[in-house]
Amino acid sequence: METHRAKRVAIIIEAPMRRRLEEAFIMAGVTGYTVVPVLGGNGRSGRWSSEGQVGSSGGMVQFISIVRPERLDMLLEAAIELVEKHMGVVTISDCEVLRAERF
Amino acid sequence: MPEVITLAAENILSPVILCFVLGLLAALGRSDLSIPESAAKMLSIYLLFAIGFKGGASVAGHGLDGTLVGTLLTGVAFSALLPFLAYALLNLLTRLDRLNAAAVAGHYGSISIVTFLAGASLLSLRGIEAEGYMVAVAAVMEAPAILTALWLVSRKGDSRLDPALLREILMNGSIVMLVGAFLIGWITGQQGMAKIEPFIGAPFQGVLCLFLLDMGLIAGRGLRRSYKVLSVGVLAFGVLMPLLSSAIGLGAAVMLDLSLGGTVLLMILAASASYIAVPAAMRVALPEADPSIYLTLSLGVTFPFNLAVGIPIYYAAALAVKGGA
Repeated sequence: METHRAKRVAIIIEAPMRRRLEEAFIMAGVTGYTVVPVLGGNGRSGRWSSEGQVGSSGGMVQFISIVRPERLDMLLEAAIELVEKHMGVVTISDCEVLRAERF
Repeated sequence: MPEVITLAAENILSPVILCFVLGLLAALGRSDLSIPESAAKMLSIYLLFAIGFKGGASVAGHGLDGTLVGTLLTGVAFSALLPFLAYALLNLLTRLDRLNAAAVAGHYGSISIVTFLAGASLLSLRGIEAEGYMVAVAAVMEAPAILTALWLVSRKGDSRLDPALLREILMNGSIVMLVGAFLIGWITGQQGMAKIEPFIGAPFQGVLCLFLLDMGLIAGRGLRRSYKVLSVGVLAFGVLMPLLSSAIGLGAAVMLDLSLGGTVLLMILAASASYIAVPAAMRVALPEADPSIYLTLSLGVTFPFNLAVGIPIYYAAALAVKGGA
């Protein structure tokens, strides 16, 4: 089966920033992404957990977007301004997709 | 003094507070007891709806009095100005930097609606009525403190407030629910109240118990994770600040000539610290500030203090000044 190379960008960011990042993605023309909840973790800012949070301030979410390699810079430029001061992780990995016309 | 101790003992041994203590101990003991997030959200919507509706219906029943506008403006002034007091006290007692001190200060100008609910519940059990519009006062006190905190940080240059953040602050879900329910209660009045009283009346205390169980779990987990940020100075601030704010609240209530119940509730609003609206705004606007400091202080220190000890003290002080029960 034929596959096509793509980039998978995963951004873990604080829940209150979710709407801003979604808007930044759309402004940059990145319309395909998925937001998933995350349970907890540990990092430079200490341990955190989505369990027992009052409001969204302590929670985190993960954005996952698959883009064509040539659109990667556009996505990162849109995201970096928002994420650089906040807790979270940005990772980029290579992946393969079946239906290239969708990305 | 003995009366305050009796009141505090009665308060601590109430089901609502004991549920909070149960949650706190369960979390500190690493129990897996938890209330699902969506259930906790539902409980909070119920409580906001019930207290907002009851306040609106009460205003419809008793009519507006001349102190409404004055009390609302006092609430706005408290929320906007108390952070300055908090900021000064933090500079005096702690070594927090400007950013963290401003973030903490913002929490202490805003309010905790659960503390307000616990106070209203104590008054209701004692058969003491309060002005129905105190719910609206609670709603207007949520946001101005955030603007003051951001001003404290941005006065030397960079502005942290943008229109999107301002909209998020003003349209915060708890404010919308509280004000919306208040208006519905006001519009539908006693007739509306009669229709839904079985829903928002009898179950209220039980729902509050479950919600406070959850709050105890959250406070306990927060303390377990972040107790190291609680230096002696930070701890002292978490206890002194509500006492100072409530004293200012008492003075204002006397000047406004509020009832005994209204006085207690204004003191509680002045004394409580936010842990919902303000932390979310701080994460967006002041990401460099350490959330473990402001959340642990407001939720792990000031909230339990107010719940167990503060409310009886405020009640006794209001009783001593206003008289009657």
